Amino acid sequence: MKSSIIKITVIFLGLFFLYFPILVLIFYSFNENKRVMVWKGFSIRWYAELFKNEQIIEAFIISMKIAALSATLATILGVMIGYSLVRIRKIPFKSFYIFLSSTPLVLPELILGLSMLLFFISLNNIIGFPSSRGQLTIFISHVTFCIAFVAIIIQARLTDFNKNIEEAAMDLGYNYTKVLYKITLPIILPSIIAGWLLAFTISLDDLVVASFTTGPGANTLPIVVFSKVRLGLSPEVNALSAILMFALIIIGLFYFYFNKKFKH
Amino acid sequence: MNNKLFEKYFVFSPYFWLVLFFFIPLAIIFKISISVSEWGMPPYQDIFLFDNGLNINTTFENYVYIFSDYYYIRSFVNSLILALISTFFCLLIGFPLAFYIATSNIRLRNILLVLVVIPFWSSFLLRVYAWKIILQNNGILNLILLNLGITSEPLQLLYNQYAVIMGIVYTYLPLMILPLYGYLNKFDLNLIDASKDLGLNRFKTFFKVILPLSVPGIVAGSLLVFIPVVGEFIIPEMLGGSDRLYYGKILWEEFFVNRNWPGASALAFTGIIILVLPIVIFQILYSRWSQRNEI
Repeated sequence: MKSSIIKITVIFLGLFFLYFPILVLIFYSFNENKRVMVWKGFSIRWYAELFKNEQIIEAFIISMKIAALSATLATILGVMIGYSLVRIRKIPFKSFYIFLSSTPLVLPELILGLSMLLFFISLNNIIGFPSSRGQLTIFISHVTFCIAFVAIIIQARLTDFNKNIEEAAMDLGYNYTKVLYKITLPIILPSIIAGWLLAFTISLDDLVVASFTTGPGANTLPIVVFSKVRLGLSPEVNALSAILMFALIIIGLFYFYFNKKFKH
Repeated sequence: MNNKLFEKYFVFSPYFWLVLFFFIPLAIIFKISISVSEWGMPPYQDIFLFDNGLNINTTFENYVYIFSDYYYIRSFVNSLILALISTFFCLLIGFPLAFYIATSNIRLRNILLVLVVIPFWSSFLLRVYAWKIILQNNGILNLILLNLGITSEPLQLLYNQYAVIMGIVYTYLPLMILPLYGYLNKFDLNLIDASKDLGLNRFKTFFKVILPLSVPGIVAGSLLVFIPVVGEFIIPEMLGGSDRLYYGKILWEEFFVNRNWPGASALAFTGIIILVLPIVIFQILYSRWSQRNEI
């Protein structure tokens, strides 16, 4: 009995700690006052202002576009890595392959961002491309560090599922390609979707790498938000936060649904 | 497509991408870090010069510059200490949470796990921003402290190292809990009962049974927090003050403000060297952990 009280207390406090800041943010987003910290009354004024703010709307569209495209390519490449690591025996310099596909998971974003920027500048000096930085360079950078997150999900899923199904199909005369497209990919499809959602969210949320690799006309949403809240508070960002957190949490729930978390 | 060709296609497409866009950029950081700096665009000289044959034009001046200046060394030390303290608090909060979640019944366990990880999905930047609101002079925390009579004047909670630690622990906590849960979830709870039956008290059960079995999870979770926190830039920038300078900020300013590219590259490469060991350990654990479907 005593231990279950401790248990409930720990879990309750933990969840309170995790959700309290989010609730505070949502609460203040309904504050009518322009001075964020002084409560004046309930209002949806800042939500209305938000939708009139062209800078934020434009940044939102750019971010969504980059996130959708980079998540898609990162998912394709990440699935290939996950599949290679679990199913293909002969990978040249395998530990280097593992190094390449897992280091972006932990390497500080700042180092990653700087390296990408210097790479693009050097490349431009040598072959004249990319002539300026912008959405394309952010896209390439995001693909590069999202691959690792997709790969880890696919790897786990492929390790889970029984290889016999694939072998049986081979015995029945399916060739390699056919097994992949008719058996393996459909089975891991939920994980592929989960991987895409994770990559999408990570790209949408990235500030540091985008700050390094951005250029004219490519201010993503985190860059705009950061410039607004770096030194102070912004009622419009409060409203944006509430909407964005709500949307991202829904995406997160879809992720769990697709990753079959509930089955375990 | 035959099998061989197909396998090559699968292995080498991502291989090519990552070598080109991840490995070569890291190599370029090293290259520029040993280049001679100069005024101009780009602000460094090429390391290969072609006058009267090939001359190699490199220097370790940028590294000497960093290591002879207390300012830079202190920022490295500050960041490492910050990462250690934050990792410790993540573990302190994360372990009991992960443990109690893993020992709940299966229905509750999944709901709790989702509840713990969901905040991680909401924007990182905005979660840090939320703490800026909470810790304001006229923010909620000060309001509570004032009303409880703990303090008679609002405390300066924001813009110092404690606010930074708070922000980091808050945002990185799910990264600690996930691998911990992954390991705790797999072990047999009967072991706890068994050790109690054998006469070990709670204290001993924890240190002799639970803790040793969760070491891989503790290490994986700790590295997942420690390594990125060493280079953390946003949280100190939003919540920190001028009391402490961190590596991330120094690197950012060296590049964007001082426009010293070789210097910034030398800082970045030094960061990589410092983090090599933790990254290698992480990689070894990763190849085991990634077999478990817990992210």
